[in-house]
Amino acid sequence: MTDATISAPTRRAIDRIQDSYMVQVRRRRMYGGLTLAIFSLLMVSGFVIADDRNAGGFWDGWRQMLDFPADVVSEAWEKRANLPGLLVKYFPALMETINIAAVSTLIGAMVGLILSLLSTRGLARWPRLIPVFRRLMDILRAVPEIVIALVLIFILGGGPVPAMIAIALHTAGALGKLYSEAAENVDLKPVEGLTSTGANWTQRMWLGVLPQVAPNFLSYTLLRFEINIRASAILGFVGAGGLGFELRNAMAWGPGRFDEAAAIFVLLFGAIVFFDQISSRYRNKLTEGQ
Amino acid sequence: MLELKSLTKRFGDKIAVDAVTFNVDQPMMIGIIGRSGAGKSTLLRMLNRLSDASEGEILFEGRKISSLKAAARREWQSHCAMIFQQFNLVPRMDVVSNVLHGTLNRRSTFATMFNLYPKEDIHKAIEILDRLGIAEQAPKRAEALSGGQQQRVAIARALMQDPSIILADEPIASLDPMNAQIVMDALRRIHEEDGRMVIANLHTLDTARRYCDRVIGMRDGRIVFDGRPDQLTTGVARDIYGAGADFSEAATSTAIETLDRTAAVLVPA
Repeated sequence: MTDATISAPTRRAIDRIQDSYMVQVRRRRMYGGLTLAIFSLLMVSGFVIADDRNAGGFWDGWRQMLDFPADVVSEAWEKRANLPGLLVKYFPALMETINIAAVSTLIGAMVGLILSLLSTRGLARWPRLIPVFRRLMDILRAVPEIVIALVLIFILGGGPVPAMIAIALHTAGALGKLYSEAAENVDLKPVEGLTSTGANWTQRMWLGVLPQVAPNFLSYTLLRFEINIRASAILGFVGAGGLGFELRNAMAWGPGRFDEAAAIFVLLFGAIVFFDQISSRYRNKLTEGQ
Repeated sequence: MLELKSLTKRFGDKIAVDAVTFNVDQPMMIGIIGRSGAGKSTLLRMLNRLSDASEGEILFEGRKISSLKAAARREWQSHCAMIFQQFNLVPRMDVVSNVLHGTLNRRSTFATMFNLYPKEDIHKAIEILDRLGIAEQAPKRAEALSGGQQQRVAIARALMQDPSIILADEPIASLDPMNAQIVMDALRRIHEEDGRMVIANLHTLDTARRYCDRVIGMRDGRIVFDGRPDQLTTGVARDIYGAGADFSEAATSTAIETLDRTAAVLVPA
């Protein structure tokens, strides 16, 4: 380190280090090249198989991809005078969709909160039951909302309630997982302090853990609310009410009611952008700290 | 060579660097001292163009640095290496890759994304590491190294840039005295052997006195001292740090030999 001129033995030592590092570099490059080759092979072959199995065929069909939107837009443009009236007409359906999302987010978040605390190491009420609660959340997350909704619509009949239950169940599983990851990083010293005063589990969680994780939890909940607005619009397609239901009716009739479909698209798009903006603003505020 | 003309930096209504003017006519080792918040880091960050000056200009060999944009600015940055207090290496990459990051400005984005550096560069990187005495660590991850070793990797990255100026922002503030000495010796050697200009923010006076050819003292964004290290008396230091008569260098010094001095003072007392 202090010697500027490199003596013969050190010279050889450097050569050895350089050579062994070059070997490493070559091996890494070979692995990188192989990965890239396998990746492109899988992409190409997968695409070819999918295209073969596709009834219409991608290469013939993709040129017509814009035909349907063009039909909708041109018909809506012809009947543009109807648009304000239609927007007013479908506004209640939009409110129904947002209500489904809001209620299911609230219920899902509350259930998720309990599940997450019960399944976090170091915080759980019954540490032995952690795997049970974790698997329960896995199941809630694994079943798609639309499947739960279809089953519930079959039992309860169409309407917003089955959609709300379906989304709330999925939300509980998804938020529970995110919450418990945030709760794992919590500082346990305040909890220990509360235990030393004789506080019970609920008091410890409410007063010791929640204040620490509240910004994270709120941020996750807002993100979930955005997702749930989209989910509740989609569930309308299977008869769960709200904007999706109206959109399916308008589109299934084909040409003639495309002005209504356009009005619903405008409402849905506007609502999603609006809530995205609001929630991302609050989430930024929460994560950056006031 | 390097010329700063009333360089100013404002954050909102707070002035971090206030009309700093100085001139360096030949490569030398310059220490900037001052208490935290005096604007030392902001000054270095403006020199590297990590942040923009609010007013004033920076000239290097007649070229106006302070107004460079985009590619020209990155080209300047590649000639003006920076060393940070917290090393600022990529922790999960190996030491040689971190050193090779010094060549990023010269290489295509695609080649660097896939780690395709030329063989000569890889050999040069390991030679630089050897010069700094850490060639043995070459294949290890940067995060596996000690603080002193990481700082030497950062210096190696700076040398890989083949820069005209090396800026060091508190290079030894998070190191123990032994490693601090190794790092400062390395910086001094780079200056003496390669003739590169080194500008270092330092938080201990004895380091500035021992290693630098010129010392600049800053207080509240202004230059309050600019001279040779031997002109840096305790009275001047009190002025720079805005300290009272109870200020003693030995109390906070991190140099190993200060221990003897402190002990010598303590024993008779």
